[in-house]
Amino acid sequence: MKKLINDPANVLADALRGIEAAHPELRVDHQHRVIYRAEPKQDGRVAIISGGGSGHEPLHGGFVGPGMLDAACAGEVFTSPTPDQVAEATTAVDRGAGVLHVVKNYTGDVMNFEMAGELAAADSGVRVETVVTADDVAVQDSTYTAGRRGVGLTVLLEKIVGAAAEEGQDLDAVVALAQRVNDAGRSMGIALTSCTVPAAGKPTFDLPEDEMEVGVGIHGEPGRRRVPLAPASEVAALLVEPVLADRDATGSPAIVMLNGMGGTPLIELYVLYGEVARLLADAGVPVARRLVGNYITSLDMAGASLTVLGADEDLLRLWDAPVDTSGLRWGV
Amino acid sequence: MADTDTGTVTQAQLVGWLAAFRDAVHEHGAHLTELDSAIGDADHGSNLVRGMDAVMVAVEAPPDSVGALLKKVGMTLVTSVGGASGPLYGTFFLRAGTAAGDATELDAAALAAVLRAAVEGVVARGKADRGDKTMYDALGPALEAYDAALASGADAAGAARAAADAAARGRDATEPMQALKGRASYLGERSIGHVDPGSASATLLVEALAAALADPPADP
Repeated sequence: MKKLINDPANVLADALRGIEAAHPELRVDHQHRVIYRAEPKQDGRVAIISGGGSGHEPLHGGFVGPGMLDAACAGEVFTSPTPDQVAEATTAVDRGAGVLHVVKNYTGDVMNFEMAGELAAADSGVRVETVVTADDVAVQDSTYTAGRRGVGLTVLLEKIVGAAAEEGQDLDAVVALAQRVNDAGRSMGIALTSCTVPAAGKPTFDLPEDEMEVGVGIHGEPGRRRVPLAPASEVAALLVEPVLADRDATGSPAIVMLNGMGGTPLIELYVLYGEVARLLADAGVPVARRLVGNYITSLDMAGASLTVLGADEDLLRLWDAPVDTSGLRWGV
Repeated sequence: MADTDTGTVTQAQLVGWLAAFRDAVHEHGAHLTELDSAIGDADHGSNLVRGMDAVMVAVEAPPDSVGALLKKVGMTLVTSVGGASGPLYGTFFLRAGTAAGDATELDAAALAAVLRAAVEGVVARGKADRGDKTMYDALGPALEAYDAALASGADAAGAARAAADAAARGRDATEPMQALKGRASYLGERSIGHVDPGSASATLLVEALAAALADPPADP
């Protein structure tokens, strides 16, 4: 294992110190491992927090700031944050209008946020609502799985509901909006390599030089099948086809994200996006907004994921609203 | 059984159980993580090591009842483990603590009730059924074996031994199963052929109980 770390056991604590040093506009609670806006939003506005295992940066701490999240709870690498952390953050960010938890559909995250919601409500009476993102079409949504994973759509959702909360929409409206976004977005990922969790010291799975893993999540968990390595044009089809097959995206303006998994050079991501854009145009998907870059990563995994969100004028307006975070910044 | 004179399980023995589990997750942590990298996310061993290290610090000062002891263990696991294991093992001990209440020691039947509450808590939190390829596939058979051994006249030590053996069989039986819960379920049929890491750590937990209650105390 070759990593820029001090000690595998202290990666998160050390990274939080670095985040604090790099971003004076953020405040880091090192004890609870929560990243807050240094300047809390005004009273009477809905607060939004998210969190999850670390190793997906910039998600979630990179999306804390005006127009997006109020706080992000950082778990150990690929491990959900704990209920006490989330409960602390929930109570701290509440401005009297309630708190939305944005949770990616992974068993651990769902259970820890559920316990946290119970704790926070019992302690302070804060009203907590939850949206569980579940956009990964690689997983069959059936009684035979834990349900679809929450992946790339989480980034788009945090941006859109963050804008709604900032402009003063109440908790019910924000929850309904979150659900609408969750229903209209789909994602699919592929990996060229595994990734190495610092505490494990070696790659999470073996992937031969000439193969790629189709349908990966964001934790280095293996996907559903392996196929021979292929040119970017064919990889693009492996991403676009299942996303469009699951939900027709031709009827509304689309917000598209092509996301790097952490170990993919941007030049490769752009090669792939060129192919993705061509396929989307061929399929008649009107792409209105696009993001290409590393937004929800898996440590050093090489690979990419595609997210397509069927939007409307209202969602595009919220998407375009000012956002001022280290991971997304425009209009400011 | 630890206390041959009274036939009860003392708090000291319960702390011995925790210490034996801590030692077991240290010894087998790399193996648990290896199982987890096959069908999960490669952190099960390191998470439990961190959690049980924190537990042993938390119980250095002995609480005044079995219930308080087990609740402290549960809260410590909930706040230090994370992942799915934190809420599941945390709920195991929190429910065990609630069932134990103010008792300062447990007889074999009281221990049965405590274990039943603990396992039911895991089922409620994880919403798992038998055969889903989870820790419940070790804990469910363990609980049944404990009760059956007790009914046929075994003491707590003997019942715990039977439970540990049943847990190990339940763990081994997860290998051909297709996972229906947790991250492993995302693999579909590819989860077949791997032992479930949660069932492996749960077996260590029950094995540690058997070792702590054995007379004379056995190595875990």
